[in-house]
Amino acid sequence: MPRARPVRAGRVYGAPGEGYSGHISLITALILIGLWFLVTEAGWVKPLFLPSPVAVYNKFVVAWTDGVANSTLWEHTWASLKRVFGAFLLACVTAIPIGIMMGVSRIARGLFDPIIEFYRPLPPLAYLPLVIIWLGIGEFPKIFLIYLAIFAPMAIAARAGVKSVSIEQIHAAYAMGGTRGQIIRHVIVKAALPEIFTGMRIGIGVGWTTLVAAEMIAADRGLGFMVLNSAQFLDSAAVVMGIIVIGLFAFAFDLVVRYMERVMIPWKGKV
Amino acid sequence: MKGFAVTAQMERLKISNVSLTYPGLHSNEAVVALRGVNLTIESGEFIVALGASGCGKTTLLNLLAGFMSPTEGEITLGDKRVEGPGADRGVVFQKHALLPWLNVIDNTEFGLKLQGVPKAQRRERAVRNLALVGLQDFHNHMIYHLSGGMQQRVGVARALTCDPAMLLMDEPMAALDALTRESIQELLLRVWEHTHKMFFFITHSVEEALFLGSRLIVMSPRPGRITHTYELDFNRRFLADGNARAIKSSPDFIQMRETVLGIIYGDELQVSQELAHA
Repeated sequence: MPRARPVRAGRVYGAPGEGYSGHISLITALILIGLWFLVTEAGWVKPLFLPSPVAVYNKFVVAWTDGVANSTLWEHTWASLKRVFGAFLLACVTAIPIGIMMGVSRIARGLFDPIIEFYRPLPPLAYLPLVIIWLGIGEFPKIFLIYLAIFAPMAIAARAGVKSVSIEQIHAAYAMGGTRGQIIRHVIVKAALPEIFTGMRIGIGVGWTTLVAAEMIAADRGLGFMVLNSAQFLDSAAVVMGIIVIGLFAFAFDLVVRYMERVMIPWKGKV
Repeated sequence: MKGFAVTAQMERLKISNVSLTYPGLHSNEAVVALRGVNLTIESGEFIVALGASGCGKTTLLNLLAGFMSPTEGEITLGDKRVEGPGADRGVVFQKHALLPWLNVIDNTEFGLKLQGVPKAQRRERAVRNLALVGLQDFHNHMIYHLSGGMQQRVGVARALTCDPAMLLMDEPMAALDALTRESIQELLLRVWEHTHKMFFFITHSVEEALFLGSRLIVMSPRPGRITHTYELDFNRRFLADGNARAIKSSPDFIQMRETVLGIIYGDELQVSQELAHA
């Protein structure tokens, strides 16, 4: 086994994965796009299987101005954003408090643990029919399906976050006259914030992955619906365009959460 | 450090015949951590507890803090029985236990915030206690930007800001380097002289124990109990002349150190022999 290379001055020897990697990621992206151009321009792959970047771009322009699948791209995007963020906000106000309750209370843990652990590994497509039977085909079942998928990882993260408080921090607060409620609010919830943020990042990601399933429920608008609808007409360019738009929104939101994380919990990883 | 009156606390802490047994899975696995401990601490005393590992020093501190309850006997502070943690007994931990999302001054006034003390009042008391530990210029620093020694000083200021009758310290300097340790020892003595509170301090270092304590209790394991008690005045001598090195190298200090070391090594030896034969 070769030893690790000596490090530049000021760096730590042997620390795994040290250093900036953004430029490498940029090169990866550029190479992939380059390959995409190459294989489509050279005619090695049929447009049905992989439309050219130009075709996808043209489809984007058409979708933006004239629309595909009966709505403009912005209308599709807005419909999907409302669903994903509605579900996300609903999960934030329910899953985080429940996760914290599960962390601090034996009873809450006993109550919610079997429910969450049972449905968590189920694919949303499996319980989609039930959601339709129970809740119909309106806007709410779509949001509810995404919400269910987001709920479990966020509750589990909040519950795990409770464990990151040290018993000394809790003891110190009690020895300064704190009550149990104050300690949960001022010590435990704050200490759990880094994990809660991680849960929010995972949750919103899961939300986007469930979007297409949710928009199988009699939708007439939405990015997931647009992709499904275009696939039925073998319009690969619209499918790829929809995938890219979903990916960009998911990535942009992840950046926002990461930024909020840096601003709101600057102590993360420093204690 | 000048300009405000010291609160007169004529409290007394009384530990009466306290025993604590950790229940094992089976009755023959129960561990007697403390047996028949009696100790009375008067206000203004600096008690240092010293002993081989497993002698029950930390258990005793946890009982005083109220984090544990004794299986026998009782502890009273003033005329109140200790039945749980409370603001009349401040605790400084081995690892700082400060809140990383708060800066130095917010950490210091955190206890008063929990007690519902108005902002202006708690700020004033926090400022005063941070000055007492020499951190008047670090109010807005974040905890994770401070050195270990400074973090422990914030811990002391935080505990003092609640104005407890007693300050409990569980090896607060164990993780500090030797130089920082000495300077914080001296700081702690000045804080003690200034506040006249009861201090209960656990350490592994015989030298630290002798230098700080006005009374030293030596504890022995199996079962944990107090075996020796010494009245000391090295801390008074330091507060009178300020020369720590001279005190720590004086013949009576060294003689005392060897005596106490002898007791503790004897206990350690006995424990390891018992373990070897078990």
